[in-house]
Amino acid sequence: MNSRLAKILPPLAVIALVIGVWWWVVVRSESPIFPTPWQVVTGTLELAEDGTLWEHITASLMRVGIGFGLAMGVGIPLGLWMGWVTGAYRTFNPIFQMLRPISPIAWIPLAILWFGVGDVAPIFLIFMASVFPLIVQTTSGVHTIDRRYLRAAANFGVSRGVLFRRVVIPAVLPEIIVGMRVGVGVAWLVVVAAEMIALRSGLGYLIMDSRNAGNRYDLVIAAMIIIGVIGLMLDGITRLLEKLKTVRWRYVR
Amino acid sequence: MYADSSDKQPKIAVKDLNKAFKAAKGQRLPVIDGLDFEVGEGQFVAIVGPSGCGKSTLMNILAGFEKPDSGAVLIDGQPHPGPSPQGIVISQYGSVFPWLTVQQNLMFGLSEKHGSDKAALADHYAAMVGLKGFENAYPHELSGGMLKRVELARAFIVKPEILYLDEPFSALDALMNLRMRNELLRILTEEKHTVLLITHDVDEALYMADHILVLSPRPTRIQARFELNMPHPRRLISPEMDQLREAILKELGLEMPA
Repeated sequence: MNSRLAKILPPLAVIALVIGVWWWVVVRSESPIFPTPWQVVTGTLELAEDGTLWEHITASLMRVGIGFGLAMGVGIPLGLWMGWVTGAYRTFNPIFQMLRPISPIAWIPLAILWFGVGDVAPIFLIFMASVFPLIVQTTSGVHTIDRRYLRAAANFGVSRGVLFRRVVIPAVLPEIIVGMRVGVGVAWLVVVAAEMIALRSGLGYLIMDSRNAGNRYDLVIAAMIIIGVIGLMLDGITRLLEKLKTVRWRYVR
Repeated sequence: MYADSSDKQPKIAVKDLNKAFKAAKGQRLPVIDGLDFEVGEGQFVAIVGPSGCGKSTLMNILAGFEKPDSGAVLIDGQPHPGPSPQGIVISQYGSVFPWLTVQQNLMFGLSEKHGSDKAALADHYAAMVGLKGFENAYPHELSGGMLKRVELARAFIVKPEILYLDEPFSALDALMNLRMRNELLRILTEEKHTVLLITHDVDEALYMADHILVLSPRPTRIQARFELNMPHPRRLISPEMDQLREAILKELGLEMPA
């Protein structure tokens, strides 16, 4: 058996076991509502055929894309600034540390009050969820830059621009990527939660709508699995950034 | 060499340097206690001291990263301008940027005044230190000895007037340490620089330096000065060297058995 297969086989076996137990329990209990794995598959195909599945997926992804994009646009520059300028850190860190532990879900009432039931509210929630990890990771990334590199840059007498472009940003990049991984993870958690409450599209909406419209638990579970798979893919995409040549140094030795 | 430097202005003049650290309960811990010495243009001066005597603090002050409490460091008779490419530091920890390739590292300190083809200049210096073929490698792909070469090349490429070597090769294995000494001396015959080496390794100083200053334990001051009028390459084993080594080690508190 080659090593690639040896890596893939055990997790596949676990998944197969879970599906097997699920199937067996549903059949044994003769549950009238809870679906078998096969019913979930047929339900998913049904949604895929009439196109609503893609609409829900793109709606959720679009909200995450915009909210997370805004969070990067704000969080990374803010984190760099707070990391570099001690005064900025002292001024803003306390309030961010206070806002950070508030679950993004807690903002839902305010989001609906301010933005109504539309696309803006979940985008706002995603922004609130993912901006803090980005700020915190970027700031700590700047704080942990090895002093010898800053001294070397000073020694070579480079301009502030070169210092930032060639030293500070590449030194912090691995931390920014960590912030992005955490941020995209919570963004995906939050979009589903937000859509369950407020909207007419998205995977979160699909879950609530399937339950409310005739106890379609096959579609509930289908949506859950799709959410899990897409979450895994989003994490995989951000992990690809760790393969960038300019950040490899952080992960070797 | 010493004679003609005495009528010229010294490259580096250290005058009554003092530095103390803040210790617990508001006490002050004196580290450098009235240090005085001069380094002439083009000289290779080694400062030898026991560990913990304040060598690194001294180097930080000389390179301009820290300010002394009193006294002065004059470069060409002028007050120290702070860190600048005029004097490049090479320390045992190394500061090759891990996110840049060898070539990008060498080009780091180059500015407009170094001409348009910085990459060609970088490759020339890479070849000079024996890194031909590794221009596009990242530092994590190199060995410790090769990293040191990158650091040397990155320093030489900006043509610093002074090289500050802070135990430059002490993180290398013994064999590579010896190799890098020869490498450094070879480059120095091609490109003349004033060199200030701080080390705890007496043999390293004996092998390379024109003058050796011995520091006392903390708070440190200059305890003894030695002159070596010997051509390179030097033999570390000779009656003359043995005598010098013994004298220096004696100053450092190590008596050789008779």
